[in-house]
Amino acid sequence: MTWAPTRPETPPADLEQRPLPRGRPLLQTNLTTASGIGLGVAMIWFSMLVLIPLCAVLITASEGGWGAFWSTVTHPQTFAAIRLTLLSAAAVTLVNVVMGTLIAWVLVRDRFWGKGALEVLIDLPFALPTLVAGLVLLSLYGKDSPVGLELAYTPASVFLAFLFVTLPFVVRMVQPVLEELEVEVEEAAASLGASRATTFRRVILPALVPAITAGAALSFARGVGEYGSLVLLSGNLPYRSEVASVRILGSIENDNLAGAASVAALLLVISLAVIVVLDAMQRRVADRG
Amino acid sequence: MSIDVRGVNKRFGGFVALDDVNVSIPTGQLTALLGPSGGGKSTLLRIIAGLESADSGSIEIEGTDATQLPPQRRNVGFVFQHYAVFKHLTVARNVSFGMEIRKRPRAEITQRVDELLSLVHLSQFADRLPSQLSGGQRQRMALARALAVQPTVLLLDEPFGALDAKVRKELREWLRRLHDEVQVTTVFVTHDQEEAMEVADEIVVINHGRVEQVGSPDDLYDRPANEFVMSFLGEATTLGGTLFRPHDIEVATSPLAVGGIEGTISRIQRVGFWVRLTVLTDDGEAVAVEMTRSHARELGLAHGQTVWLSPVPRAARVSIAV
Repeated sequence: MTWAPTRPETPPADLEQRPLPRGRPLLQTNLTTASGIGLGVAMIWFSMLVLIPLCAVLITASEGGWGAFWSTVTHPQTFAAIRLTLLSAAAVTLVNVVMGTLIAWVLVRDRFWGKGALEVLIDLPFALPTLVAGLVLLSLYGKDSPVGLELAYTPASVFLAFLFVTLPFVVRMVQPVLEELEVEVEEAAASLGASRATTFRRVILPALVPAITAGAALSFARGVGEYGSLVLLSGNLPYRSEVASVRILGSIENDNLAGAASVAALLLVISLAVIVVLDAMQRRVADRG
Repeated sequence: MSIDVRGVNKRFGGFVALDDVNVSIPTGQLTALLGPSGGGKSTLLRIIAGLESADSGSIEIEGTDATQLPPQRRNVGFVFQHYAVFKHLTVARNVSFGMEIRKRPRAEITQRVDELLSLVHLSQFADRLPSQLSGGQRQRMALARALAVQPTVLLLDEPFGALDAKVRKELREWLRRLHDEVQVTTVFVTHDQEEAMEVADEIVVINHGRVEQVGSPDDLYDRPANEFVMSFLGEATTLGGTLFRPHDIEVATSPLAVGGIEGTISRIQRVGFWVRLTVLTDDGEAVAVEMTRSHARELGLAHGQTVWLSPVPRAARVSIAV
């Protein structure tokens, strides 16, 4: 993601003074010993936790060949689960982009009673064990719902659970950027003749786009992998409210490891693609202004 | 008169920022609002631009009542101390922003942006982002951006305040030349009396939310209206209960002049071309005196010597209110 402020690159000043190591180095680098060790540790850590498991998933998925992979993911029940997961995650991401930005705006720009409490509550979906979140949602939107919305065991329950757990992502990404935004910039736009709406569209929004995109990517990825919060509420009805993660678990329970890996691999590729596309979009918008 | 401020009051909570301010700013000139920090000068500038609203009073710009107009419709150019650049837009797009809002034809925008960028010496940076410019360059870009909409008045709020001393000095000389070229009515806020004296045609001295004096730099220096203006626009020292400029006090080694005040030299300081004396008078006043080195040598002044002080004829003076 490119939303983080870029730091000026500091040239390695000690490069000239240091005696060069004897013999030809294996790899031509300009790293100091300390940063070389740092990079090594980081790479081992990252490989063990992320790269190797991911490769393992891809290898397991490819064990049966392309045909087995294809027949697994196009199996009607599996396909329905994947479709529900992706559509819900996409819809939730769109809602979060609007609502998350709005909530961040209110938190930064407005003063109201209970603001401090709201600040803390926003993070609750992060902090709450997802199964607890599922229980809360079930008691609110399940059978005999006190709010009159019986969403349990419907596709909408998946959407609802996603909405709950992904709420903080966009808010927490946009908030610090909005706080950094100088009010003077908006005043400059106003004195140049821009209305409030134009100022928002042409000055504020372009500054927020990278943060919104980063939040959107996180929220989509979280939705695709969500399990705990929806498993109680959705009831996991095949073709109706079953999601991909539940389907993967089902395959594993039936000793179909390759099948589980196939679905996992597909989700992995799609999530990666979405993140890459969002990042590219974000760059284009930032360039265009 | 280009800008007429009448009876403007402004409070922030219990703090009085402006207290019944009346001031007229002449067309086509470069006017400085000068005063210490927190004195209300920036607030006044922001009220003229419509970025802040006055509690009472009126603002007239070029004969039209602007008191109720939003900043978008006042047609003023505003330059901020911290540049307020649009970070995501190139230098050229920053400058063209106001014209794009006004939906000017493409060709006209391109031509005017080119003109303005060469005026502020940034032509070769047109496609850079503001983050790739130095502070001084950013402020020149902000100035071009404000000028692009052909404002009736140009308002600058401590425009050089965030720059280092050398760049600040260069830019203020450049601003003076630019103003002679563009001739738009310009008001700038500063707390630096040297900057105001060097650049402005007219200076409005503001302190504690009130206008202390309005006049040309010479007027203010030679005929200050009160103690505050006298001591804010340069050095001042007391002699016999009256304020004088240290260089307006004459030193005699014998009691020649009638009414000369007797004292002893307690300190001699050489500051390059100048010599600074501190003379303790018999009344207990510590009087600062400045003279050239050659004059000090002629008089043969030394530490502990008894001297007689008197103001030069036609010296700027202000009696101290008790």
